[in-house]
Amino acid sequence: MGGQVLALLIKELLAVLRDAKSRIVLIAPPLIQLLVFGYAATFDLNHVPVAIYDQDPSAASRDLVARFLGAPTFRLVAMLHSDRRIDALIDSRQVALVLVIDRRFTRDLLTGRPAPVQAIVDGRNSNTALLIEGYANAILTDFSLGWGAAHGQRAPPAVLDLRARYNPTLSSRWFIVPGIVALLTQVVTLLVVGLTVARERETGTFDQLLVTPMGPVAILLGKGLPGLLIGVFEASIIIAAAVWWFDVPLRGGLVPLYLGLFLFVVACTGIGLMISSLAATQQQALLGAFLFMVPSIILSGFATPIANMPGWVQDLTLLNPMRYFLVIVRGVFLEGSGVDALAGQYWPMGVMGVVTLAAAGWLFRRRVT
Amino acid sequence: MSPGLRRLIGLLRKEILQIWRDPSALAIAFVLPAALLLIFGYGVSLDARAVPLALVVQRPGALASSFTAGFDRSPFFRPRRYRTIQAAEQAMAAREVQGIVWLPSDFGRRAATGGNAPIGVLVNGVDANDARLIEGYVQQLWANWLTIRAEAAGGGAPLPLSVAARVRFNPAVSSRDYLVPGLIAVIMTLTGALLTALVIAREWERGTMEALMVTRVTLREILLAKLIPYFLLGMGGMAASVAIAVFLFAVPLHGSLWVLTAASALFMLAALGMGLLISGFARSQFVAGQIAIIATFLPAFILSGFVFDINSMPTAIRVITHVVAARYFVAILQSVFLAGNVWSVIVPNGLALAGMAAVFLGLARAIARKRLD
Amino acid sequence: MPAHTDPGRTDPVRDPKADPAAPVAAARVADAAPALRLEDVRRSFRTGARVVAAVDGITAGAARGAVTGLIGPDGAGKTTLMRLIAGLLRADAGRIAVLGIDVARDPLGVQARIGYMPQRFGLYEDLSVRENLDLYADLQGVAPDARAARYNELLHMTGLGPFTARMAGRLSGGMKQKLGLACTLVRPPELLLLDEPTVGVDPVSRRELWQIIDHLTGAAHMTVLFSTAYLDEAERCGSVLLLHEGRLLGHGPPGSFTAEMAGRSFTASASLARRRLQARLAALPGVIDAVIQGSRVRVVTATATPPDPAGLVAQAPDLTFTPVPPRFEDAFVARLRAQQTDRPPPPLPLAGEGRGEGGADRATPSPQPTPPSGRGGSGGREPNPLPDVISVRNLTRRFGAFVAVDDVSFTVARGEIFGLLGANGAGKSTTFRMLCGLLPASGGSLRVAGFDLRTAAAPARGRIGYMAQRFSLYGDLSVAQNLRFFASAYRLTGAHRRARIAWAEAEFALAPMREATARDLPLGFKQRLALACALMHAPDILFLDEPTSGVDPLARREFWHRINALAEAGVTVLVTTHFMEEAEYCDRLVIMAQGKVLAEGPPEAIKAGARTAAAPDPSMEDAFIAVIEAAAPPARAA
Repeated sequence: MGGQVLALLIKELLAVLRDAKSRIVLIAPPLIQLLVFGYAATFDLNHVPVAIYDQDPSAASRDLVARFLGAPTFRLVAMLHSDRRIDALIDSRQVALVLVIDRRFTRDLLTGRPAPVQAIVDGRNSNTALLIEGYANAILTDFSLGWGAAHGQRAPPAVLDLRARYNPTLSSRWFIVPGIVALLTQVVTLLVVGLTVARERETGTFDQLLVTPMGPVAILLGKGLPGLLIGVFEASIIIAAAVWWFDVPLRGGLVPLYLGLFLFVVACTGIGLMISSLAATQQQALLGAFLFMVPSIILSGFATPIANMPGWVQDLTLLNPMRYFLVIVRGVFLEGSGVDALAGQYWPMGVMGVVTLAAAGWLFRRRVT
Repeated sequence: MSPGLRRLIGLLRKEILQIWRDPSALAIAFVLPAALLLIFGYGVSLDARAVPLALVVQRPGALASSFTAGFDRSPFFRPRRYRTIQAAEQAMAAREVQGIVWLPSDFGRRAATGGNAPIGVLVNGVDANDARLIEGYVQQLWANWLTIRAEAAGGGAPLPLSVAARVRFNPAVSSRDYLVPGLIAVIMTLTGALLTALVIAREWERGTMEALMVTRVTLREILLAKLIPYFLLGMGGMAASVAIAVFLFAVPLHGSLWVLTAASALFMLAALGMGLLISGFARSQFVAGQIAIIATFLPAFILSGFVFDINSMPTAIRVITHVVAARYFVAILQSVFLAGNVWSVIVPNGLALAGMAAVFLGLARAIARKRLD
Repeated sequence: MPAHTDPGRTDPVRDPKADPAAPVAAARVADAAPALRLEDVRRSFRTGARVVAAVDGITAGAARGAVTGLIGPDGAGKTTLMRLIAGLLRADAGRIAVLGIDVARDPLGVQARIGYMPQRFGLYEDLSVRENLDLYADLQGVAPDARAARYNELLHMTGLGPFTARMAGRLSGGMKQKLGLACTLVRPPELLLLDEPTVGVDPVSRRELWQIIDHLTGAAHMTVLFSTAYLDEAERCGSVLLLHEGRLLGHGPPGSFTAEMAGRSFTASASLARRRLQARLAALPGVIDAVIQGSRVRVVTATATPPDPAGLVAQAPDLTFTPVPPRFEDAFVARLRAQQTDRPPPPLPLAGEGRGEGGADRATPSPQPTPPSGRGGSGGREPNPLPDVISVRNLTRRFGAFVAVDDVSFTVARGEIFGLLGANGAGKSTTFRMLCGLLPASGGSLRVAGFDLRTAAAPARGRIGYMAQRFSLYGDLSVAQNLRFFASAYRLTGAHRRARIAWAEAEFALAPMREATARDLPLGFKQRLALACALMHAPDILFLDEPTSGVDPLARREFWHRINALAEAGVTVLVTTHFMEEAEYCDRLVIMAQGKVLAEGPPEAIKAGARTAAAPDPSMEDAFIAVIEAAAPPARAA
């Protein structure tokens, strides 16, 4: 059986690699997606357009404004001289934040009364709104504490000392790029494995294969192994790009990372083979892969945290191998986690791999014999 | 009746009969958007609620209790108490808590004497967005606590500044309210392109297009006969999606339905035009489906501003977003749902949609040939 | 049509004096312009790195009011030429005038005056018969008040009257073909283009289609351009364009093709087993073609003299040659042979003399004795001393409520070539797939070499070879990689594996193409490679599914030559085909229709059943029609 599996494996790899078009399909889209995701998919705010209505031009207010404009987060679009245009600017999305410094600003500051500053935020994108609020608050608090200290006012009883572990600058690229390792590995593995049997069914070579003395297990192995190899290879490229191109720190070892990668690709291969054994045409296989992939990506914690989902959806995500691999890949990259810390993530994928492969084998036998 | 009109009506009747008899078009128009909307609507949420947070109070006291009481009441946090900072850090490493708020043993003494007693706030920064939101919530609780303390102490500003934040349009800052309208745009991009691309590819695959070509029918009639029924079907899917958004996800609809309908119509024309364009290249349903997913779904998802802020993207990518039709529709939808009929958003984006629809339909017409090569 | 000397006889393609309009002139009617005029038309396609000239400089014409046949094997350029004429493709060079209109300049003008039925009939399968007619009536601009009469006429002509409410997808192949035709005829075109309308259609429907076409050209004076890969249909056309690999091999009335073959066709009979006789006759000098026909062998010679049997006196002392009228296919074969001097066919093994290296090599899997020679030879089946290799009892297969195979029983003995004959949808492919173990049976029993292949262990499957329809190979892989893969799949290892691969490359002359990608191979090479892969492990039983569909007559002959040799060496061959001609090669066959076996026996016996006073020597096709009509009398008078 070994020789047959090896022959099938070589044949599959040749089929993928001999054709220039399929070589490109395997390499180019993942790299393009990596770049687009890596650069475009960010929750970090930069160049947020702001307008400032300073009703009390003074040294203090200029200091405050300077703190806003000094940060790369904000980009000044307009200095206003009346409140007429405030709503219009926000409504038309020209600015996302309007900072209004009240007429009494300096006077209140000096007399120890709370000096009023108003921040008007566009709430249509609630996440951006919250982040803008957070950024603005941080600057204003900073200003307050600085002013208080400089002018001998009574210090607040306590101040916050904010720190972020693992990702001190809170760059979302560090979050998204390791996630792409999981995302693209899944896409490539599912497509390679999910379509292979359907393609042979369409060209008629599958019948040819079935009448050889090759058993269903040998065929499944020969069909699954190329996906495994290609998936691991593709993931390695993306891991390298994450480290050397996007400068994401790889703090943990390769052993916990590749153990997780291996289990994840095995689970994906199992799912791909299940799709393969059910689909009669490449179109059905593509549809099947798409139908699995979209929910699996959305419900994996790739872009939005699983913790925010309704309880029953969270339970559903337990069946999603990508969920576990995302924790592993981010844990190894950013937290430097080792095998023991991630044990809880490995075994569910292992179980899924075994179950899906067994199910694929069963489905396959049922359709074949 | 002119022969051209009769041909068009004949083709339309054929198309409607096919839609009626073959459920796949209906599935793409209604089932696909509904299913995707449900998955995304439930699955995609940026609102952190009940975040598990470690509270470490090394020396309990009245002041510390008054500070931590805010966390107990907050809907954003589910605090757990740890005796030592080491235990809390272990819990964070094991991903049991997302952050740590640490009041060191000298907290009470320093707060009472000189003030500025440091409160350690450590968040897990892996999910940077979540971490920032948590930081923001902690800051809010801290500011509230200062105000309450100041009032209890008998007046006097806790901080020199009083910040009044006002969030226009989405006062509850619920992420679902803004994600769901954007999702509609993303999903309808896929649906619209798939509808036309797949049905035309199907005619190529089955050989019927070849037979059509060798009749008196003109290209304009063939394209119109595809556009009209699938436009209506797509609008039906759109209506279903809006209904799901409003009635199931309880997203407010502040703007008028007419504006929504008009904008949707323009967008649907652009999406169908993209499908027609794809079908100009792809002669098999398999290839057409692949192109539709890669060329419409992914860009609409990432580059439309539906979840990722366009302003924050690098300039090169920001330029690219201008050719993504969904970008304009997302802007209109978010405004019409959450803000109302904001003409300063609707008019320019609507014009952009009209332009894109014209370009896609024009290109589709220009590359279409009454030939096989 | 006057007797016409073929202008392309010396050089069919390049002769500048060839006047394409000559046959047209004779049949020209009152209309000014000829129906069709092609001047040095060229069109090529790019597949990967290769540029294939699908239509390579064709100059010809077609007369009005007659049927012009576009005849050639797959890849000859028939469909491309049809599409060029219909304005669906643009020619790279040359000029096409249809009804006097230049297609390149005014495709819409041409399309308004022609009717075109593409290969799959261009029907909307989810529309009913009536709705399809309505659609094409709308598209062709037939006035609503004129429709009722026209529909009546068409429905009567096609016999579709009782089925107007049925979905087109649920019609049989023959009915679809007629509906497709009716749709193109809704508004009578001046020129009707039919692209391979008879592919996969049963002979009864084929005959009915020809009756309709004769009616159209006769009474309605329509011009028809008809493309087909069935060479026997040439003789029904008024004029023929014979295409091969994009070039025009000949052009003229079918009589002009057969005329040049006068006195060159014979049937040979001898007491020698027919397969051996055929192999020996084919090797005689001066013989350009030898095919089995019933118990005799049909021979075509290079000149108008009977072959010299001197070399065969020892083996067949009673050998006699009887002159027979030439067929169109003889002319095609003669032209191909003349053209092929630069491309010698691969060495062929002599039937009954082992299979070269393969025969010697075969000792490993099955050391059975060679069957007594002469078995399965002379048509009538002798009592069989050997156990049946394939036995099928009451085999049934249902798909939901549809019964695809209905209570089928037959047996096949060792060394026999057994045919499953029937149109598309007759149930032969389903039967075939059940035998190969690709599909479970719903009822009944089947045994192949004593096993049910569906549950058989690998060694049992190691004894069969299988060649799928369309010569399914791994198109992305090279010839050598395909061979290596199948050798491993059949569990060959080490020196044995290398030896078999070397054998396949030598036996099938694949060595020069070793590095070529399988997808880019010409059809004949694909067929050879597919057979090489199926024979890699020297199987005892060979399953062939439509093994020669679309290949040219020479490739078909070469193929059957090999199969005959295999059968002589004791290999059991089961073959499905819808090619009636091919049934002649079988020792025994079953005719299937609608899932049932309608007739079983040697080809001679089946043909004998159709012998009537009017048709003393019926063809296999006549026999087929007789069998079908005996089982279900035609629903309406023809």
